[in-house]
Amino acid sequence: MALYAEHPASAHDAHAAGPTQHAFNPYSDNGGTILAIAGKDFSVIAGDTRQSEGYSIQTRYARKVWQLTDNAVLATNGFAADGKNFVKRVKQRLEWYQHAHHKQMPLRAIARMIQTMLYGRRFFPYYVYNILGGIEEDGSGAVYSFDPVGSYEREACRAAGAAQSLVQPFLDNQVSVGILLHFSSHRHPSICSFVPSASLRKHTIVTNDRQFPPRHDNSTRYLGVFAMEALSLALTPQIYFKNQVPEPGAAPFIPGNLPLSTVLGLVVDSFTSATERHIEVGDGLEVFVVMNKGRTTDDLLGEGQLAEGMEIEELGALGDGGERTFLVKRALKRD
Amino acid sequence: MSVMELNGGSVVAMVGKDCVAIASDLRLGNQAVGIAANFDKVFPVNDKLYYALPGLATDVYTLREHLRFRVNMYRMKEEREITPKTFTHLVSSTLYEKRFGPFFIEPVIAGLPPKTELEPNPKPFISCMDTIGCITTPKDFAVAGTAGDKLYGIAEGLWEPDLEPEDLFETISQTLLNAVDRDALSGWGAVVHIITQDKVITRTLRARMD
Amino acid sequence: MAAKGPVEGSSIGFDFSNYARNEFLGQRLNGLPKATSTGTTIVGLKFGGGDSGEEEGICLGADTRATGGPIVADKNCEKIHYLAPHMRCCGAGTAADTEFVTNLISSNLELHALSQGRPARIVTAMTMLKQYLFRYQGHVGAYLVLGGVDSTGAHLFTVHAHGSTDKLPYVTMGSGSLAAMAVFESAFKQNMKRQEAIDLVSRAIRSGVFNDLGSGSNVDVAVITKAGTEMLRNYEMPNERGVKSRNYKFRRGTTAWTKESIRSLVVSEDVRITSGAGKEQPGVEVRPVAIGAGPGGEEGMEVDS
Repeated sequence: MALYAEHPASAHDAHAAGPTQHAFNPYSDNGGTILAIAGKDFSVIAGDTRQSEGYSIQTRYARKVWQLTDNAVLATNGFAADGKNFVKRVKQRLEWYQHAHHKQMPLRAIARMIQTMLYGRRFFPYYVYNILGGIEEDGSGAVYSFDPVGSYEREACRAAGAAQSLVQPFLDNQVSVGILLHFSSHRHPSICSFVPSASLRKHTIVTNDRQFPPRHDNSTRYLGVFAMEALSLALTPQIYFKNQVPEPGAAPFIPGNLPLSTVLGLVVDSFTSATERHIEVGDGLEVFVVMNKGRTTDDLLGEGQLAEGMEIEELGALGDGGERTFLVKRALKRD
Repeated sequence: MSVMELNGGSVVAMVGKDCVAIASDLRLGNQAVGIAANFDKVFPVNDKLYYALPGLATDVYTLREHLRFRVNMYRMKEEREITPKTFTHLVSSTLYEKRFGPFFIEPVIAGLPPKTELEPNPKPFISCMDTIGCITTPKDFAVAGTAGDKLYGIAEGLWEPDLEPEDLFETISQTLLNAVDRDALSGWGAVVHIITQDKVITRTLRARMD
Repeated sequence: MAAKGPVEGSSIGFDFSNYARNEFLGQRLNGLPKATSTGTTIVGLKFGGGDSGEEEGICLGADTRATGGPIVADKNCEKIHYLAPHMRCCGAGTAADTEFVTNLISSNLELHALSQGRPARIVTAMTMLKQYLFRYQGHVGAYLVLGGVDSTGAHLFTVHAHGSTDKLPYVTMGSGSLAAMAVFESAFKQNMKRQEAIDLVSRAIRSGVFNDLGSGSNVDVAVITKAGTEMLRNYEMPNERGVKSRNYKFRRGTTAWTKESIRSLVVSEDVRITSGAGKEQPGVEVRPVAIGAGPGGEEGMEVDS
């Protein structure tokens, strides 16, 4: 029984409206959210495991965070089929690199490679938002975030996907932009387009080579970064945690020193909050922790470090870099 | 760009321990162009009842004046102050009357109900509704405006029950500031009202002006 | 504004005075905002009667999630609306429409019952709903499951926004209707016992809650029999949020502010009695005020005649 009368226009006006056109939409949105936070000597990359389309759950467990090398983990979000295929191709390119150079590709090189791979499909893009996290060659934790056609930047933290708008402002408040300034790219001249995270960019000055000495001169660039930090301090109160005024007389905040336990807590709370308010987020949470070689693991594996209901496993080494990757799993609400 | 994003602006209300808070940004824009940084969207109904009207600016004025009229009529006829719950239903039916030509406003209401013999310890009250007057009365927080999603995310993370007025001020302020900093259509200053049994504290926040 | 009285006259029905303006704005700014539409699971079934040994009745169920797009607007809303003491109505579709339609019909049912001197029948409510909804050609977006018990027995209906109705022993509606109907189709029996019915209804709602993204949070149940209506609000709460990992209370003084104004609501009075009535003032003799018939009482105050 037809509940609703068919709209007359669709049947009779077909000829009046011109030739019938058929369109195939190759893309779809599979929901979910990913997030990464860089620490001093570790990096945390997380994603939920729900894959959905419209109001239906396709699966409660679909992985969207992948270990690439010993020091790199890639999270993909958007169109799941594209994400899966993109990760496959990135892994293939990394294997070729390994065969050619007998070493694993460094993180910043993976980031640049992902850019070229994405831009190569400029006019039929992978509908995927990528976040790359891991350990830089200098041992610092790093996060790179990408748009679907390859624009990327190194950041302190980044959320992407369905609940990006819910999670990112929370991270701004709790993680701060200061980390980025501290671990900025002075040792990596290749990252020339150093761009502070969007909100800082809102009214501080973007460092570029017109305003600061040539980028080959590391020391002056370093100075430039700190000049900018000082400038930000003078202009805005939120160089501490965003919008937060430090306690009078308190020790100055050292950016980038958030302990791993704090970061893990923030990641979990970000996802439980997103699960509460976004219908496409939930089911399960996977958190990858990449640690620099020689770093203590007590704050992750030690007694009572992980909250109840969390499982942890170490992922085997893929090379001999010495970095270690752990996978922490936790359930999320299933409604 | 829909009508709801024409002028920009966001508001949030939160429940604390024997107190409520309501806050809004101060921006008035014409799409991406900022017009004014003193466009307060929060208005008092009486001593212990405030409401905010984020949305289309022309409707902010229309609705505010309409509600002022209706509340004054209520006050004269009933010879008493309107309660938060009654006011919520007044706003709701005002909006639903225009179901097929709505005001582009998503009101948020916050107040402390008066003590009565039946209810000597009334709970702090907040409510919000959509453009056609569907009421929700949350126990924790209510958000609306162009930064609504962001406010939901942050508030869900930061809010906790039974905050004292001064702690509630910090929580609602941080929620609003960090949400509007990620919203191109909100910001340009912010104002917070904390309503307690014996006073109303109004503070203008130091905020990013970009 | 529609025709209004001299000061605050009331006119009934909808006011279309903003319609032309909004159409114009909608064309200029591609698209008007959509109202809060509730992705929902609502169900109802008939139980009892036959050889069950129990009174005939209706069991209704609903989830408690209200959504605006992909965002959860309310985690614990009420979708089982009151119509009359022996009648309830679950609503899906545009949230405001379900709320106001059920309120309106509830009022009209009360008036109907008063004028007829007996409780209104379920078919009466169903007819009032469908006639109202048909008049608005589906623009009042209320999709309802109506159930109750009257002098003719237990009845269960669905009412669609365009005004069509169905009368069935078990029904589901909303975005989670398929998930819930799958449960009903596999497990519904005629003449179930009361508890069996409640269990099946809550299982159907749970199926919607967990498998449909538009539905979520808690399970509300209503049981209506000849004896009366029992509202089992939040009958099941399978989706409570656990405790957060971290504490997010801020240090006082964290937020910088530029201006403060405090409106004190405490009226402070300093009352000092200088003369006249009052008790136990030194040097003042307290005498009872005369009371009796008329002004001045027994003392015989002079009154104008």
